[in-house]
Amino acid sequence: MHRTGELYGHFETLDQQKESASLGMWIFLITEVMFFGGIFLAYTVNRHANPVAFALGSNTLDLRLGAINTGVLLASSFTMAMAVWAGHVGKQKLITLFLILTLLLGGIFLGIKGVEYAAKFEHHLVPGSSFHIPAEDVSAAAAKADPYFAAHAQLFFSLYFGMTGLHALHMVVGAGLLIWLILQSRKGRFTAKYNTPVEMVGLYWHFVDIVWIYLFPLLYLIDRHK
Amino acid sequence: MSATESRPAEQMPEKHYLNADYGIRSWLLTTDHKRIALLYLVSVTFFFLLGGIFAGLIRLHLLTPKGALLSPEVYNRMFTMHGVAMIFFFLIPSIPAVFGNFFIPLMIGAKDLAFPKINLLSWYLYMIGGALALYSFMSGGLDTGWTFYTPLSSVYSNSAVAPAVLGIFINGFSSILTGLNFLVTVHTMRAPGMTWFRLPMFVWAHYATSIIMILGTPVVATTLALAGMERLFHLGFFNPQLGGDPVLFQHLFWFYSHPAVYIMILPAMGVISEIIPTFSRKPLFGYKVMAGASLAIAIVGFLVWAHHMFVAGQSAYAALAFSFLTMLVAVPSAVKTFNWTATMYRGSISFQTPMVYAFGFLGLFLVGGLTGLFLGTLGTDIHIHDTYFVVAHFHYIMVGGAVMGYMGALHYWWPKMSGRMYSETLARFAAVILFVGFNLTFFPQFLMGYAGMPRRYHSYPPEFQIYNVLSTAGATILAIGYILPILYLLWSLKFGPVAGRNPWPSTGLEWQTASPPPTENFEVTPVVTWEAYDFENRPDLGLDKPVIPAAPASGHD
Repeated sequence: MHRTGELYGHFETLDQQKESASLGMWIFLITEVMFFGGIFLAYTVNRHANPVAFALGSNTLDLRLGAINTGVLLASSFTMAMAVWAGHVGKQKLITLFLILTLLLGGIFLGIKGVEYAAKFEHHLVPGSSFHIPAEDVSAAAAKADPYFAAHAQLFFSLYFGMTGLHALHMVVGAGLLIWLILQSRKGRFTAKYNTPVEMVGLYWHFVDIVWIYLFPLLYLIDRHK
Repeated sequence: MSATESRPAEQMPEKHYLNADYGIRSWLLTTDHKRIALLYLVSVTFFFLLGGIFAGLIRLHLLTPKGALLSPEVYNRMFTMHGVAMIFFFLIPSIPAVFGNFFIPLMIGAKDLAFPKINLLSWYLYMIGGALALYSFMSGGLDTGWTFYTPLSSVYSNSAVAPAVLGIFINGFSSILTGLNFLVTVHTMRAPGMTWFRLPMFVWAHYATSIIMILGTPVVATTLALAGMERLFHLGFFNPQLGGDPVLFQHLFWFYSHPAVYIMILPAMGVISEIIPTFSRKPLFGYKVMAGASLAIAIVGFLVWAHHMFVAGQSAYAALAFSFLTMLVAVPSAVKTFNWTATMYRGSISFQTPMVYAFGFLGLFLVGGLTGLFLGTLGTDIHIHDTYFVVAHFHYIMVGGAVMGYMGALHYWWPKMSGRMYSETLARFAAVILFVGFNLTFFPQFLMGYAGMPRRYHSYPPEFQIYNVLSTAGATILAIGYILPILYLLWSLKFGPVAGRNPWPSTGLEWQTASPPPTENFEVTPVVTWEAYDFENRPDLGLDKPVIPAAPASGHD
């Protein structure tokens, strides 16, 4: 389908095009809710079934890094919202600036996540053949209550890596979208009249942020003893 | 019949979507929804034939009680690959990806779907998923059943599970994007005057189907991803040895796979809702109720998944709840069946091939649906769960229902898609063969299932042989019923008479444009001023005023 200016040939008006894009992105986000929902359900069921092993798992996660990451992502949602605002008022330089800031903050998040993953690797907490919880970390009461303690602890980490990994993958895709937007924005493509792509990527970015808002308490904060 | 005979012979249009551009790139890089529909038509037909070959091998093997043709391990692979090919790569895309893609824009007066490039992406995702599944089949196949129960699929199976699961995962996104495209299209791309309640029921059916596609498919994607990761990285989500729970897999799997069966049947119901009014020359009875019933099936369909798990150890209270909800979900389907019948009442009925398929659908879907109630009843399910009764039930719905709907759609819209008519005699003959072959194949399976023959078994006690022989005989006849259309439809492309704009005739917008349609669908964007199925007020159809005899005073008809 050809494009004259910003209007694609199969649409009658720019308004129809924008409405379609918006509805399409919202429906896509609903599918993402269902996608993450499946693994969140698996986590919830297992957390309920194995509270002691999962509590141990939560306590090994770095609360400070997790909290910093939460702040970083919230800030990136702010800069993204600013980019969308700049789009609405047609301030092209500001659009580019805020998109770059969002990308930088996203990069910081992924970097900190990498540090956390590396620490898990060092402490033999990555599921698989090298997984090992030292005996002194497991209280006698816990081991007695749950004969499958080690297996359930490994299950926590499987779900931890699965959920945060899926989230990180979505952030990488988001970063790719931001890079594309930055390149387009520098060419002056976005104006007060046409800024739909910025808004749509904004919706996606906010969604990825919200997933983290749920991940952080569920994984890091429940049954925290310190 | 008379309307077509009295009109002058029509010409094929000069330029249309098939000859608008030439060369392989114009097909593989097309964004025209009509061309994408044909790409899907070819691909789903391939998987249908592949699934059919597996079915043929199963039926051949089951001719004798000891099972002489295939070893048990190979037999397991046959029924698994039959299920995977047919469900994920034929049934779920079939009507939406072929006829939904082709006709939804035409029916609402739009130039294309909302996202034409995403439509093409959907097809490529389907092809990549299909290629992975084929790779799995060719590297020794799959023996877990299409249901992939853990820990067999995630730990113990020695078959090519990982590529198959990856292929189905990717194919799932094809489905999700198609559903997304349809939902947005119906909301934002309707022509002026095409209000929600003037939409053809086919569009409502696809709207409901799309809701299921976008809500359900992501869950099976996650589920298969978890099972795949368990297999590849020895994690323990569903493996009891590693602290996991196999029943959790079953819940997650069936949460999608039950609504998936409604993805398969709702579009077929939409097709029947187009065919019956056309060949009764009468409006669809109870339009709003039909639309509501489609949505009700979609929503309530999400609430019944654990009726596949009655013997998996759930509590009696949970079983009770799911059984009750299962009874509920049958109600809107029954309402639809009554409304189709009421549509025909006092109509001017003609028995062209699409209508023969519609009648086949009505009878076979009825049997399939009713037997679902036997299965949903807790006491009887204990006896017939995992027997051939279940196999017969779902084949009555999926083949007798969904595939009949697909064949009906193919014959109803072939003139519009190709500009040609096929041989009506041959087509009607094939439809009848299909009906006879189908019943001979699957009715004995109800009997043997009820008598105790389990499903997915490669050998059986000798007293079941008579049923199996009848079933295999039926399968041979069924195969003829599927091969014949391929032959005469292809033949008609070159030698069939020109169909003209509106051969049946029918009231839908798609029949207002040329056959085959131009790339942009309509020369001028239509403005809709009539209600759906309004045969009375459409003088342009060239029909005689329908004669509905007044009720005689004496009270006998």
